[in-house]
Amino acid sequence: MRRIGIDVGGTNTDAVLIEDGKVVRAMKAPTSEDVTTGILDSLKSLGSTGLLEGKKIDGVMIGTTHFINAVVQRRHLTKVAALRLGMPAAASLPPFCDWPEDLAALVCGGVWMVEGGHEYDGRPFMPLDEAAVTTAAHEMKEKGLKSVGISSIFSPLDPSHERRAAELILKVIPDAVITCSSDLGRIGLLERENAGLLNAALADLSRDTIAAFEKSIKDSGIAAPLFITQNDGTVAEASQARRLPVYSFASGATNSMRGAAYLSGLQDAMVIDVGGTTTDVGQLKNGFPREANSVVKVGGVRTLFRMPDLLSIGLGGGSHVQLDPLKVGPLSVGYKLLKDGIAFGGKQLTTTDVAIASGVLSLGDKSKVAHLDAATCKKVFAEAARLSEEAIDRMKTEAGDIKLIAVGGGAFLIPDKMTGVSEVIHVEHGDCANAVGAAIAQVSGECDQIFKDMTRVEAISAAQGIANDRAVAAGAARNTLSTIESEDMPLAYLPGNSVRVRVRVVGDVAAS
Amino acid sequence: MSKREITLDEIESLAVGAWVLGTGGGGNPYLSLLNARLLYKEGKRVQLIDAEDLADDAYVAVIAGMGAPLVGIERLTDHRVFARAARLMEEHTRRKFDAVMAMEIGGGNGVRPFLVAANLGVPVVDSDTMGRAYPEAQMTSVAVGDLTPYPMTVVDVRGLESVIDKVPSWKWVERVGRKIVVEYGSTSSTCQPPRSGAEVKKWGIHGTTTKAITIGHAVREAQRTHADPIAAILAVEPGKVLFRGKVIDVERRVTEGYLRGIARFDGLDGDRGSRLEINFQNEWIVARRDGEPLAMSPDLICVLDAVSGEAVGSETIRYGQRVTVIALPPPPVFLTPKGMEHVGPRAFGYDLDYTSVFA
Repeated sequence: MRRIGIDVGGTNTDAVLIEDGKVVRAMKAPTSEDVTTGILDSLKSLGSTGLLEGKKIDGVMIGTTHFINAVVQRRHLTKVAALRLGMPAAASLPPFCDWPEDLAALVCGGVWMVEGGHEYDGRPFMPLDEAAVTTAAHEMKEKGLKSVGISSIFSPLDPSHERRAAELILKVIPDAVITCSSDLGRIGLLERENAGLLNAALADLSRDTIAAFEKSIKDSGIAAPLFITQNDGTVAEASQARRLPVYSFASGATNSMRGAAYLSGLQDAMVIDVGGTTTDVGQLKNGFPREANSVVKVGGVRTLFRMPDLLSIGLGGGSHVQLDPLKVGPLSVGYKLLKDGIAFGGKQLTTTDVAIASGVLSLGDKSKVAHLDAATCKKVFAEAARLSEEAIDRMKTEAGDIKLIAVGGGAFLIPDKMTGVSEVIHVEHGDCANAVGAAIAQVSGECDQIFKDMTRVEAISAAQGIANDRAVAAGAARNTLSTIESEDMPLAYLPGNSVRVRVRVVGDVAAS
Repeated sequence: MSKREITLDEIESLAVGAWVLGTGGGGNPYLSLLNARLLYKEGKRVQLIDAEDLADDAYVAVIAGMGAPLVGIERLTDHRVFARAARLMEEHTRRKFDAVMAMEIGGGNGVRPFLVAANLGVPVVDSDTMGRAYPEAQMTSVAVGDLTPYPMTVVDVRGLESVIDKVPSWKWVERVGRKIVVEYGSTSSTCQPPRSGAEVKKWGIHGTTTKAITIGHAVREAQRTHADPIAAILAVEPGKVLFRGKVIDVERRVTEGYLRGIARFDGLDGDRGSRLEINFQNEWIVARRDGEPLAMSPDLICVLDAVSGEAVGSETIRYGQRVTVIALPPPPVFLTPKGMEHVGPRAFGYDLDYTSVFA
């Protein structure tokens, strides 16, 4: 197995080549405005020593923060037509009803609610009002809307109304890009609909970004399929990721944690990822990040995504340092570090300057930071350590000391001895942990639906089959599949043996 | 005498606090909260009054959603349908309501009276009939008081409307009502048997809306300041921490139209090495530590997210969640022999004598 993992971050584009389980080479290049150049540069330097010649690459896996940044920064978003099938239910809570106002104003191109939807047992809640859908489609067309998010009551159990509505819209707007909420899984109309609308809002950005990824790979001369990493540490084929970009939202953080597990060989440990501006702390369980306990908000929008449970603090390699009184972060010079830091001729004292002064890092001009004496440097490092220890303690679920893996470009801020930590592990290529995490990502499949008049065992088995098929459809090799989550839930108040089953499976990417 | 306007921020707190008092049931209050935000944005405001401010002959609506929470999160909540359940009762009994109260303060049902009150232009009474959430209609203070168990209205958003005009007992209103709800798709808006001001004063469990707001406010403040939300709850309520742990198994089954089962937790921190089991019937009923009874109804058993301090429902609790389990003291009405018949451990089929966590 030979894979290339790429992390397209805000500052750097990192690339690693993994061969038979070992990191053969790791490269960093600045992220470019057009995305393509940065990836191409890092791929070129990866292959510059003739390393890739004549070798078959099984996959290029790219992780990116592009999509979440677009939502958080309210940039590159597409206007969306929201169509909900479920009247007369929920009329008081229309699509976008719980979005932040600024984001709704940017994304909402119009809301249409018509009769339709299903009951929990598959009976229609109301027959689909096809004439109303067609009328809505004409109104969308008049407004020039091309990206459409369709939701329907209990569509994860019966997506037929959403599918039929999509057909009717395509008759009126043949080039419409449509997101059906049933493609995004879970029970919970509002959260599922929100996910669908966010997805529809990313339609143009997703198309352009994935096209840029594909172009870079093609231009680099590497003949390998493209995979995009997902929030849960798995990957999807490029075509599926283009259609469902919301699943790639939090992949950066997940990749760094998975990479840390891989590079250290540890399955259970705390991970601290120190970047330029922020530090993320998370916990590894069985090699995967522990998931958030509760509802996850993306850019202020409530969703049901599986997201790693992370604590972010304002500490990093670019953090502002104030000496009297002592303060480290949360402000940061960010991507301007190599310009604004004192060792680089700038005016802002940063944690990197302190590391240069104390000889921890060999960068910039050490003479410019010669005024920082050893005692001062020690105090700054101690403060950074204290902030990290506090974050680690808050993420702990059990008392006692734990192992800590320190990764990221700012990992030099993490000392070898810390309160509450039994051992601090710095790993080779730790500064490219997220690209490593991308390279080793797996493929997942999920099923979440209600089964009626089956035994519990039959229902779980049926769900398992669906999840397996979905994983294979997403590119997994069937013989490597394993179940990592399985929960079943008989439903309160419902007659008969109604049971809701959720199964999630993962497997290795099939060799092509 | 106290009558005061409730702010939207207090309703935000109410949603969090009512979920804690839901003891696993009552439904996630978020959808009701969204409706309340909408009504306040339209300029509606709701007054909260004490039961003692009611005239003896005041006519009080008792509001509750009935059905499966899972259906609720697909069909969502529309405040107008709850208002319709109350209006149908007004039409049926040819009397206008003077005030609205919660059947149960727990979960979404603790917020819904505000939706109805905003529509009817009447105040909410700071009382309910459970002081928490319970699965059955006879598990209320008004049933303990043997007050009239009818009529009840049941309404579906599609215009389906039923009136249960007469039943011989509270158990019967539960049985018949449940059948209608299942036919409606297992979710509905109900107006429970109305009460007079005198009945509310005598049999209501008082101050519970204020209590829920206080708890919710404490949790939200702790979240905002990164303080411990569990400690914040215990600072405003005389509760006790029972257990800190992680969910390791949830076994659920539907019998007689209820969600019954056991959630199992492995101890963390000071409880390492111990195992907690909680039996539930929609709500958490009996907790056993290493096989020995630790807490039971009518004491409130609250399973809370260890990080956020927010409640975890019996229908959504899942493997791996880190929780803190606390107990809160029960309303005194349930501690009488008659109260114990309605909601003691034996009312749920457990052959246990009630022993209080707070004894």
